[in-house]
Amino acid sequence: MAIEGAEIVKAAAFIGAGLAMGLGAIGPGVGQGMVAAKACEAIGKNPKEAGLLTRTMLVGQAVSESTGIYSLVVALLLLFVVY
Amino acid sequence: MEFEVETVIKIAAYGGGGIAMGLGAIGAAVGQGYTAAKANLAASRNPKISGDIFKNMLVGQAIAESASIFALVITILLLFVRPPSPGLLDAAAYLGAGLCMGFGAIGSGIGAGNPGGEACFGLSRQPEAGSQLTTNMLIGSAVCQTPAIFAMVVALMLIFIKFGGAALTPTWAALVGAGLSTGLAAIGSGYGGGLAAGASCEGIARTPQAVTSVTTLMLIGQAVAQTPSIFGLLISFILMFKSFPESSLLMTPMALLGAGLCMGFGGIGPGIGNGMAAEGAVRWVARNVEHTSDLMRIMLVGQAVSQSTAIYSMVISLVLIFVV
Repeated sequence: MAIEGAEIVKAAAFIGAGLAMGLGAIGPGVGQGMVAAKACEAIGKNPKEAGLLTRTMLVGQAVSESTGIYSLVVALLLLFVVY
Repeated sequence: MEFEVETVIKIAAYGGGGIAMGLGAIGAAVGQGYTAAKANLAASRNPKISGDIFKNMLVGQAIAESASIFALVITILLLFVRPPSPGLLDAAAYLGAGLCMGFGAIGSGIGAGNPGGEACFGLSRQPEAGSQLTTNMLIGSAVCQTPAIFAMVVALMLIFIKFGGAALTPTWAALVGAGLSTGLAAIGSGYGGGLAAGASCEGIARTPQAVTSVTTLMLIGQAVAQTPSIFGLLISFILMFKSFPESSLLMTPMALLGAGLCMGFGGIGPGIGNGMAAEGAVRWVARNVEHTSDLMRIMLVGQAVSQSTAIYSMVISLVLIFVV
Protein backbone atom coordinates (compact mmCIF):
# COMPACT_ATOMS: atom_id res chain seq x y z
CA MET A 1 0.00 0.00 0.00
CA ALA A 2 1.19 3.48 -0.78
CA ILE A 3 1.63 5.64 2.28
CA GLU A 4 1.38 9.36 1.78
CA GLY A 5 3.57 11.92 3.49
CA ALA A 6 0.73 13.42 5.53
CA GLU A 7 -0.13 9.94 6.76
CA ILE A 8 3.40 9.37 8.07
CA VAL A 9 3.37 12.77 9.75
CA LYS A 10 0.14 11.96 11.56
CA ALA A 11 1.42 8.55 12.66
CA ALA A 12 4.62 10.14 13.96
CA ALA A 13 2.62 12.80 15.78
CA PHE A 14 0.58 10.14 17.59
CA ILE A 15 3.59 8.06 18.62
CA GLY A 16 5.36 11.29 19.58
CA ALA A 17 2.45 12.39 21.72
CA GLY A 18 2.46 9.08 23.56
CA LEU A 19 6.20 9.18 24.14
CA ALA A 20 6.17 12.84 25.16
CA MET A 21 3.57 12.33 27.85
CA GLY A 22 4.82 8.90 28.91
CA LEU A 23 8.49 9.72 29.29
CA GLY A 24 7.66 13.22 30.51
CA ALA A 25 5.70 11.75 33.41
CA ILE A 26 8.68 9.87 34.86
CA GLY A 27 10.62 12.86 36.13
CA PRO A 28 7.85 14.74 37.92
CA GLY A 29 6.54 11.51 39.45
CA VAL A 30 9.91 10.61 40.98
CA GLY A 31 10.70 14.21 41.90
CA GLN A 32 7.42 14.81 43.67
CA GLY A 33 7.83 11.55 45.52
CA MET A 34 11.25 12.69 46.78
CA VAL A 35 9.73 15.95 47.97
CA ALA A 36 6.99 14.07 49.80
CA ALA A 37 9.51 11.69 51.39
CA LYS A 38 11.58 14.57 52.70
CA ALA A 39 8.46 16.37 53.90
CA CYS A 40 7.54 13.27 55.90
CA GLU A 41 11.03 13.25 57.36
CA ALA A 42 10.77 16.92 58.28
CA ILE A 43 7.38 16.49 59.92
CA GLY A 44 8.67 13.46 61.79
CA LYS A 45 11.51 15.57 63.15
CA ASN A 46 9.49 18.66 63.85
CA PRO A 47 5.73 17.96 63.94
CA LYS A 48 4.88 21.46 65.24
CA GLU A 49 5.70 22.95 61.84
CA ALA A 50 3.41 20.59 59.93
CA GLY A 51 1.44 23.43 58.31
CA LEU A 52 4.51 25.24 57.05
CA LEU A 53 6.09 22.01 55.83
CA THR A 54 2.95 20.94 53.97
CA ARG A 55 2.83 24.31 52.24
CA THR A 56 6.48 24.13 51.29
CA MET A 57 6.04 20.59 50.01
CA LEU A 58 3.09 21.56 47.84
CA VAL A 59 4.91 24.56 46.35
CA GLY A 60 7.96 22.42 45.62
CA GLN A 61 5.84 19.73 44.04
CA ALA A 62 3.95 22.29 41.98
CA VAL A 63 7.25 23.53 40.53
CA SER A 64 8.32 19.96 39.86
CA GLU A 65 4.98 19.37 38.16
CA SER A 66 5.71 22.02 35.54
CA THR A 67 7.66 19.71 33.22
CA GLY A 68 4.82 17.19 33.42
CA ILE A 69 2.43 19.93 32.32
CA TYR A 70 4.78 20.88 29.46
CA SER A 71 4.63 17.25 28.35
CA LEU A 72 0.86 17.30 28.54
CA VAL A 73 0.68 20.51 26.52
CA VAL A 74 3.09 19.18 23.90
CA ALA A 75 1.17 15.91 23.68
CA LEU A 76 -2.13 17.76 23.21
CA LEU A 77 -0.51 20.03 20.59
CA LEU A 78 0.76 16.97 18.72
CA LEU A 79 -2.66 15.34 18.88
CA PHE A 80 -4.89 18.23 17.94
CA VAL A 81 -2.95 21.17 16.50
CA VAL A 82 0.24 20.24 14.72
CA TYR A 83 -0.89 17.97 11.92
CA MET B 1 9.84 -11.96 0.42
CA GLU B 2 6.75 -13.60 1.90
CA PHE B 3 6.65 -15.62 5.11
CA GLU B 4 4.07 -18.17 6.05
CA VAL B 5 1.82 -17.30 8.98
CA GLU B 6 3.32 -20.11 11.11
CA THR B 7 6.81 -18.74 10.56
CA VAL B 8 5.80 -15.25 11.63
CA ILE B 9 4.13 -16.67 14.76
CA LYS B 10 7.27 -18.63 15.60
CA ILE B 11 9.44 -15.55 15.15
CA ALA B 12 7.17 -13.54 17.45
CA ALA B 13 6.90 -16.30 20.06
CA TYR B 14 10.64 -17.00 20.23
CA GLY B 15 11.47 -13.30 20.22
CA GLY B 16 8.83 -12.60 22.85
CA GLY B 17 10.01 -15.52 24.97
CA GLY B 18 13.59 -14.28 24.87
CA ILE B 19 12.47 -10.77 25.84
CA ALA B 20 10.29 -12.09 28.67
CA MET B 21 13.00 -14.19 30.27
CA GLY B 22 15.89 -11.84 29.55
CA LEU B 23 14.24 -8.72 30.96
CA GLY B 24 12.46 -10.78 33.61
CA ALA B 25 15.76 -11.97 35.05
CA ILE B 26 17.01 -8.44 35.76
CA GLY B 27 14.81 -7.52 38.69
CA ALA B 28 14.95 -10.66 40.80
CA ALA B 29 18.71 -10.93 40.46
CA VAL B 30 19.30 -7.34 41.55
CA GLY B 31 16.84 -7.66 44.43
CA GLN B 32 18.31 -10.91 45.69
CA GLY B 33 21.79 -9.48 45.46
CA TYR B 34 20.72 -6.58 47.64
CA THR B 35 19.19 -8.98 50.17
CA ALA B 36 22.36 -11.07 50.28
CA ALA B 37 24.56 -7.98 50.65
CA LYS B 38 22.50 -6.77 53.59
CA ALA B 39 22.51 -10.26 55.10
CA ASN B 40 26.31 -10.30 54.99
CA LEU B 41 26.44 -6.94 56.66
CA ALA B 42 24.00 -8.19 59.30
CA ALA B 43 25.98 -11.38 59.95
CA SER B 44 29.19 -9.42 60.41
CA ARG B 45 27.43 -7.15 62.86
CA ASN B 46 25.94 -9.94 64.93
CA PRO B 47 27.60 -13.27 64.06
CA LYS B 48 25.86 -15.11 66.91
CA ILE B 49 22.51 -15.17 65.11
CA SER B 50 23.94 -15.77 61.64
CA GLY B 51 21.78 -18.90 61.32
CA ASP B 52 18.55 -16.89 61.71
CA ILE B 53 19.84 -14.24 59.33
CA PHE B 54 20.69 -16.90 56.77
CA LYS B 55 17.21 -18.43 57.02
CA ASN B 56 15.55 -15.04 56.73
CA MET B 57 17.72 -14.19 53.72
CA LEU B 58 16.66 -17.35 51.92
CA VAL B 59 12.96 -16.72 52.59
CA GLY B 60 13.27 -13.12 51.39
CA GLN B 61 15.13 -14.18 48.26
CA ALA B 62 12.59 -16.89 47.51
CA ILE B 63 9.83 -14.28 47.38
CA ALA B 64 11.92 -11.95 45.24
CA GLU B 65 12.43 -14.90 42.89
CA SER B 66 8.71 -15.24 42.16
CA ALA B 67 8.69 -12.39 39.62
CA SER B 68 11.28 -14.15 37.50
CA ILE B 69 9.48 -17.47 37.92
CA PHE B 70 6.40 -15.81 36.41
CA ALA B 71 8.64 -14.75 33.52
CA LEU B 72 9.93 -18.31 33.15
CA VAL B 73 6.36 -19.67 33.02
CA ILE B 74 5.35 -17.17 30.34
CA THR B 75 8.53 -17.93 28.37
CA ILE B 76 7.87 -21.66 28.43
CA LEU B 77 4.28 -21.07 27.31
CA LEU B 78 5.51 -18.84 24.48
CA LEU B 79 8.01 -21.48 23.38
CA PHE B 80 5.57 -24.38 23.29
CA VAL B 81 1.95 -23.17 23.02
CA ARG B 82 0.70 -22.72 19.46
CA PRO B 83 -2.72 -21.42 18.41
CA PRO B 84 -5.12 -24.00 16.92
CA SER B 85 -6.05 -21.69 14.04
CA PRO B 86 -3.00 -19.52 13.42
CA GLY B 87 -3.40 -15.93 12.33
CA LEU B 88 -1.10 -12.94 12.18
CA LEU B 89 -2.78 -11.43 15.26
CA ASP B 90 -1.46 -14.34 17.33
CA ALA B 91 2.06 -13.21 16.45
CA ALA B 92 1.32 -9.70 17.74
CA ALA B 93 -0.26 -11.12 20.89
CA TYR B 94 2.78 -13.31 21.62
CA LEU B 95 5.16 -10.42 21.18
CA GLY B 96 2.98 -8.29 23.46
CA ALA B 97 2.88 -11.04 26.08
CA GLY B 98 6.68 -11.30 26.07
CA LEU B 99 7.15 -7.55 26.41
CA CYS B 100 4.53 -7.36 29.15
CA MET B 101 6.02 -10.08 31.34
CA GLY B 102 9.63 -9.07 30.73
CA PHE B 103 9.20 -5.45 31.74
CA GLY B 104 6.64 -6.34 34.39
CA ALA B 105 9.03 -8.52 36.37
CA ILE B 106 11.76 -5.87 36.72
CA GLY B 107 10.20 -3.63 39.36
CA SER B 108 8.78 -6.34 41.60
CA GLY B 109 12.07 -8.23 41.64
CA ILE B 110 14.16 -5.20 42.60
CA GLY B 111 11.50 -4.00 45.01
CA ALA B 112 11.11 -7.30 46.87
CA GLY B 113 14.86 -7.33 47.58
CA ASN B 114 14.46 -4.26 49.81
CA PRO B 115 12.30 -5.75 52.59
CA GLY B 116 14.40 -8.92 52.51
CA GLY B 117 17.62 -7.01 53.03
CA GLU B 118 16.23 -4.65 55.65
CA ALA B 119 14.67 -7.54 57.58
CA CYS B 120 18.04 -9.35 57.69
CA PHE B 121 19.76 -6.19 58.86
CA GLY B 122 17.01 -5.56 61.39
CA LEU B 123 17.48 -9.05 62.81
CA SER B 124 21.09 -8.29 63.61
CA ARG B 125 20.00 -5.14 65.36
CA GLN B 126 16.99 -6.44 67.25
CA PRO B 127 17.01 -10.28 67.30
CA GLU B 128 14.02 -10.47 69.67
CA ALA B 129 11.76 -8.75 67.09
CA GLY B 130 12.53 -11.57 64.66
CA SER B 131 9.02 -12.90 64.19
CA GLN B 132 7.52 -9.42 63.60
CA LEU B 133 10.29 -8.65 61.13
CA THR B 134 9.79 -11.85 59.17
CA THR B 135 6.00 -11.41 59.10
CA ASN B 136 6.31 -7.82 57.94
CA MET B 137 8.87 -8.80 55.33
CA LEU B 138 6.55 -11.49 53.98
CA ILE B 139 3.55 -9.14 53.79
CA GLY B 140 5.58 -6.30 52.25
CA SER B 141 7.29 -8.39 49.62
CA ALA B 142 4.07 -10.21 48.75
CA VAL B 143 2.40 -6.87 48.00
CA CYS B 144 5.45 -5.94 45.88
CA GLN B 145 4.64 -8.86 43.60
CA THR B 146 1.20 -7.53 42.61
CA PRO B 147 2.45 -5.54 39.59
CA ALA B 148 4.28 -8.64 38.34
CA ILE B 149 1.07 -10.62 38.81
CA PHE B 150 -0.85 -8.01 36.79
CA ALA B 151 1.77 -8.42 34.06
CA MET B 152 1.41 -12.20 34.18
CA VAL B 153 -2.39 -11.96 33.94
CA VAL B 154 -2.18 -9.71 30.87
CA ALA B 155 0.47 -11.96 29.31
CA LEU B 156 -1.66 -15.07 29.87
CA MET B 157 -4.70 -13.32 28.38
CA LEU B 158 -2.67 -12.29 25.34
CA ILE B 159 -1.45 -15.86 24.88
CA PHE B 160 -4.74 -17.67 25.36
CA ILE B 161 -7.56 -15.36 24.20
CA LYS B 162 -8.46 -15.78 20.55
CA PHE B 163 -8.28 -12.50 18.69
CA GLY B 164 -8.80 -14.18 15.32
CA GLY B 165 -11.98 -12.32 14.28
CA ALA B 166 -10.61 -8.82 14.81
CA ALA B 167 -9.35 -6.57 12.03
CA LEU B 168 -5.62 -7.15 11.57
CA THR B 169 -4.43 -3.64 10.94
CA PRO B 170 -5.17 -1.63 14.03
CA THR B 171 -5.56 -4.65 16.34
CA TRP B 172 -1.94 -5.85 16.10
CA ALA B 173 -0.83 -2.49 17.54
CA ALA B 174 -3.50 -2.67 20.23
CA LEU B 175 -2.19 -6.06 21.40
CA VAL B 176 1.46 -4.98 21.48
CA GLY B 177 0.38 -1.74 23.17
CA ALA B 178 -1.63 -3.68 25.77
CA GLY B 179 1.50 -5.62 26.70
CA LEU B 180 3.66 -2.51 26.89
CA SER B 181 1.14 -0.60 28.98
CA THR B 182 0.92 -3.08 31.87
CA GLY B 183 4.52 -4.23 31.61
CA LEU B 184 6.17 -0.82 31.74
CA ALA B 185 3.75 0.60 34.32
CA ALA B 186 4.54 -2.34 36.61
CA ILE B 187 8.20 -1.28 36.89
CA GLY B 188 7.46 1.80 38.97
CA SER B 189 4.81 0.27 41.22
CA GLY B 190 6.88 -2.80 41.98
CA TYR B 191 9.96 -0.81 42.89
CA GLY B 192 7.96 1.79 44.82
CA GLY B 193 6.16 -0.85 46.86
CA GLY B 194 9.55 -2.34 47.72
CA LEU B 195 10.86 0.99 49.01
CA ALA B 196 7.92 1.25 51.42
CA ALA B 197 8.30 -2.36 52.58
CA GLY B 198 12.05 -1.94 53.15
CA ALA B 199 11.52 1.17 55.27
CA SER B 200 8.92 -0.62 57.37
CA CYS B 201 11.29 -3.51 58.17
CA GLU B 202 13.94 -0.99 59.14
CA GLY B 203 11.42 0.85 61.29
CA ILE B 204 10.24 -2.27 63.11
CA ALA B 205 13.83 -3.17 63.94
CA ARG B 206 14.27 0.28 65.39
CA THR B 207 10.99 0.45 67.35
CA PRO B 208 9.36 -2.99 67.65
CA GLN B 209 6.42 -1.61 69.68
CA ALA B 210 5.37 0.59 66.73
CA VAL B 211 4.74 -2.46 64.57
CA THR B 212 0.98 -1.90 64.10
CA SER B 213 1.29 1.70 62.91
CA VAL B 214 4.27 0.87 60.73
CA THR B 215 2.64 -2.09 58.99
CA THR B 216 -0.65 -0.24 58.49
CA LEU B 217 1.05 2.78 56.96
CA MET B 218 3.20 0.52 54.79
CA LEU B 219 0.12 -1.21 53.39
CA ILE B 220 -1.66 2.09 52.68
CA GLY B 221 1.46 3.51 51.05
CA GLN B 222 1.96 0.40 48.95
CA ALA B 223 -1.69 0.38 47.90
CA VAL B 224 -1.40 3.94 46.60
CA ALA B 225 1.90 3.08 44.90
CA GLN B 226 0.05 0.28 43.06
CA THR B 227 -2.36 2.72 41.34
CA PRO B 228 -0.14 3.51 38.31
CA SER B 229 0.07 -0.18 37.52
CA ILE B 230 -3.71 -0.44 37.84
CA PHE B 231 -4.04 2.41 35.33
CA GLY B 232 -1.71 0.41 33.07
CA LEU B 233 -3.89 -2.66 33.49
CA LEU B 234 -6.99 -0.63 32.66
CA ILE B 235 -5.48 0.69 29.42
CA SER B 236 -4.38 -2.86 28.54
CA PHE B 237 -7.89 -4.20 29.02
CA ILE B 238 -9.37 -1.44 26.87
CA LEU B 239 -6.80 -2.15 24.15
CA MET B 240 -7.43 -5.89 24.28
CA PHE B 241 -11.22 -5.88 24.40
CA LYS B 242 -12.32 -2.84 22.39
CA SER B 243 -13.00 -3.85 18.82
CA PHE B 244 -11.31 -1.59 16.31
CA PRO B 245 -12.68 -1.16 12.78
CA GLU B 246 -10.44 -2.23 9.90
CA SER B 247 -8.24 0.60 8.74
CA SER B 248 -5.59 0.85 6.06
CA LEU B 249 -4.21 4.08 7.49
CA LEU B 250 -0.83 4.04 9.20
CA MET B 251 -1.93 6.46 11.90
CA THR B 252 -4.57 4.22 13.52
CA PRO B 253 -2.18 1.47 14.70
CA MET B 254 0.41 4.09 15.67
CA ALA B 255 -2.15 5.85 17.88
CA LEU B 256 -2.88 2.58 19.73
CA LEU B 257 0.81 1.75 20.10
CA GLY B 258 1.37 5.31 21.34
CA ALA B 259 -1.42 4.86 23.90
CA GLY B 260 0.29 1.76 25.33
CA LEU B 261 3.71 3.43 25.43
CA CYS B 262 2.25 6.57 26.98
CA MET B 263 0.52 4.80 29.88
CA GLY B 264 3.41 2.37 30.34
CA PHE B 265 6.20 4.93 30.61
CA GLY B 266 3.89 7.36 32.38
CA GLY B 267 3.28 4.88 35.19
CA ILE B 268 6.96 4.39 36.03
CA GLY B 269 7.70 7.74 37.65
CA PRO B 270 4.56 8.09 39.79
CA GLY B 271 4.95 4.49 40.98
CA ILE B 272 8.50 5.12 42.19
CA GLY B 273 7.55 8.54 43.57
CA ASN B 274 4.60 7.20 45.53
CA GLY B 275 6.86 4.52 46.93
CA MET B 276 9.42 7.13 48.00
CA ALA B 277 6.73 9.13 49.78
CA ALA B 278 5.53 6.00 51.56
CA GLU B 279 9.13 5.12 52.45
CA GLY B 280 9.65 8.51 54.08
CA ALA B 281 6.41 8.32 56.01
CA VAL B 282 6.92 4.75 57.22
CA ARG B 283 10.50 5.42 58.27
CA TRP B 284 9.44 8.39 60.35
CA VAL B 285 6.41 6.75 61.91
CA ALA B 286 8.82 4.29 63.52
CA ARG B 287 10.79 7.19 64.95
CA ASN B 288 7.85 9.35 65.94
CA VAL B 289 4.85 7.08 66.41
CA GLU B 290 2.66 9.64 68.18
CA HIS B 291 2.46 11.71 64.97
CA THR B 292 1.24 8.86 62.77
CA SER B 293 -1.84 10.75 61.61
CA ASP B 294 0.16 13.84 60.54
CA LEU B 295 2.58 11.66 58.64
CA MET B 296 -0.19 9.69 56.98
CA ARG B 297 -1.90 12.89 55.87
CA ILE B 298 1.25 14.37 54.35
CA MET B 299 2.09 11.05 52.71
CA LEU B 300 -1.32 10.84 51.05
CA VAL B 301 -1.23 14.49 49.91
CA GLY B 302 2.27 14.04 48.52
CA GLN B 303 1.31 10.82 46.77
CA ALA B 304 -1.79 12.40 45.27
CA VAL B 305 0.32 15.16 43.73
CA SER B 306 2.89 12.67 42.49
CA GLN B 307 0.04 10.66 40.96
CA SER B 308 -1.01 13.57 38.75
CA THR B 309 1.40 12.80 35.90
CA ALA B 310 0.15 9.21 35.75
CA ILE B 311 -3.35 10.62 35.36
CA TYR B 312 -2.19 12.94 32.55
CA SER B 313 -0.69 9.89 30.84
CA MET B 314 -3.92 8.00 31.21
CA VAL B 315 -5.87 10.91 29.74
CA ILE B 316 -3.54 11.12 26.73
CA SER B 317 -3.78 7.33 26.28
CA LEU B 318 -7.57 7.46 26.36
CA VAL B 319 -7.56 10.33 23.87
CA LEU B 320 -5.26 8.30 21.60
CA ILE B 321 -7.60 5.31 21.80
CA PHE B 322 -11.02 6.93 21.63
CA VAL B 323 -10.72 10.39 20.08
CA VAL B 324 -8.08 10.60 17.36
